[in-house]
Amino acid sequence: MANAIIAEQLGKTYGSVTAVVGLDLVVPEGTVLGLLGPNGAGKTTTVRMLTTLITPTSGRCEVGGIDVCAHPDRVRRIIGVSGQYAAVDDYLTGQENLEMVGRLYHLGKKRARKRAKELLEQFELTDAADRPAKTYSGGMRRRLDLAGALVVQPPVIFLDEPTTGLDPRSRLGMWGVISDLVKAGSTLLLTTQYLEEADRLCDDIVVIDHGRAIAQGTATELKSQMGGEKLAVAVGDRGELVTAADVLRSVGVDEPEVDDQAREVTVHIERGTAALVEAVRKLDAADITPTNLEIRKPTLDDVFLTLTGQPAQEQTETGGTP
Amino acid sequence: MVLEAASDGWVVTKRNLLKIKRVPDLVIFSTIQPIMFVLLFAYVFGGAIATPGINYREFLIPGIFVQTVAFGAGITAIGLADDLQKGIVDRFRSLPMSRGAVLFGRTSSDLINNVFTVIVMSITGVIVGWRINEGFLRGVAGFAILFLFAYAMSWISAVIGLSVKSVEVAQSAGFIWMFPLTFLSNAFVPTSSLPSALRPIAEWNPISSVVLSLRELWGNAPAGAANGTGFPAAHPIWLAIAWCLLILAIFVPMSIARYRRAASR
Repeated sequence: MANAIIAEQLGKTYGSVTAVVGLDLVVPEGTVLGLLGPNGAGKTTTVRMLTTLITPTSGRCEVGGIDVCAHPDRVRRIIGVSGQYAAVDDYLTGQENLEMVGRLYHLGKKRARKRAKELLEQFELTDAADRPAKTYSGGMRRRLDLAGALVVQPPVIFLDEPTTGLDPRSRLGMWGVISDLVKAGSTLLLTTQYLEEADRLCDDIVVIDHGRAIAQGTATELKSQMGGEKLAVAVGDRGELVTAADVLRSVGVDEPEVDDQAREVTVHIERGTAALVEAVRKLDAADITPTNLEIRKPTLDDVFLTLTGQPAQEQTETGGTP
Repeated sequence: MVLEAASDGWVVTKRNLLKIKRVPDLVIFSTIQPIMFVLLFAYVFGGAIATPGINYREFLIPGIFVQTVAFGAGITAIGLADDLQKGIVDRFRSLPMSRGAVLFGRTSSDLINNVFTVIVMSITGVIVGWRINEGFLRGVAGFAILFLFAYAMSWISAVIGLSVKSVEVAQSAGFIWMFPLTFLSNAFVPTSSLPSALRPIAEWNPISSVVLSLRELWGNAPAGAANGTGFPAAHPIWLAIAWCLLILAIFVPMSIARYRRAASR
């Protein structure tokens, strides 16, 4: 399988500010790479370098086997880009927006019109086709912008924070659209600050922070770095905590952690549901009825916390500009 | 290649013109302002400014035309700054389209806007007593110079629009320098009435050359020294054309270079 996107030691500095440094990326054809990081981590700068919008200060990159810096025009023919701010013209209708993009890809009037209609249909915007984009909701604008990136059915698609600022329902809709693209065989690079999103959509994830890649792997691999699953037992009475901890020590693989405040004991487990069943039996024998009992899979939030020393959310607030 | 560039430019021009159709308030206000200017200058200053050998209103109209198209060209800066800020330029730059198309499209649609404004002002001018006294051909030649100048000014404005950080800044940076430029000229008063230190500046001002060529071509020029002195007064038409071409020669390549580097904010 060929690689659709390659970056080697890619870097960008603005004066004394380093936006991206020594970034290596490899995205095989037909797969999805997630670039995960807080605001200001260098995600957008990376996308802008790969999509010919800015020139890297160091390193090189290739899209579809074409050197981006040497042949930006050829790269532009095979990529679709949907940016962080939905780049639609407010005063044009949905149909006009897409037709314009089609014309600028030199599709010709008729084909541009036909393709615009198809895309509006595909993205469920047909009813709003003849309304100026100004009247669209945030989710509709994003869909229209994404549709603009797909006018010529490009083999390589870049999505910069496709769901930032969308309400939960629009986000789910967007995820559906993106999954369909992947099924159709496109190669995707998407950036996100939502761990859940990367987990759900991406084959491979690169975590970046302060312009550097700090971890790479599948969601499962990243999670397994965190020590695997945990069993958590919450009890109604603080007095039961000691007994619960004894039970968990016998089913877990390490020393249980006791949270007095939450009245909860957690321990890492290896045998999954078997450990859960055993814990239930032993708790019952000890006459303890837990108020909550669950297996916790590590989230990418845990990954981020472990890698950067702070949760993704908190860093978002203190982070710089995108 | 050239055909592709022209077609891309036309697609962008049409896109810009659609905005005028969708926001008709824009047209209403860009129409009211020139009418208001003609009426205010004609009736407020009309009696106070001496223009030997010609009615002040006839003297005034070419000046107002030139000032209005210069300010009209200022919207190029706003349009481009707006497209940059909204990320639309990013979308354009990621498409395999001609590099200059966004700028040619923008300056063309702004020129069309200016033509419309001049039509409205001409009608107002005729109502208050302005006439083209030198026949059809010289009339057309005057408008040709006026629009060449408007187009050239749009390219200066384009560089400003691509250099500023926001639409708000474009709104003032695009216009502020036009006040001294248009008032330190022969647009509203004969340069002979200016203090002697300012007179050469006003006479060599490109605005004055354009205004004076319109007055000469249309028969709206005052007599004698009121027209100015020296080379600029003797060869206004060639000087006006030369100024416009010089502006284009500098600012077209400069805008295109800036556009290539422009990063969205």
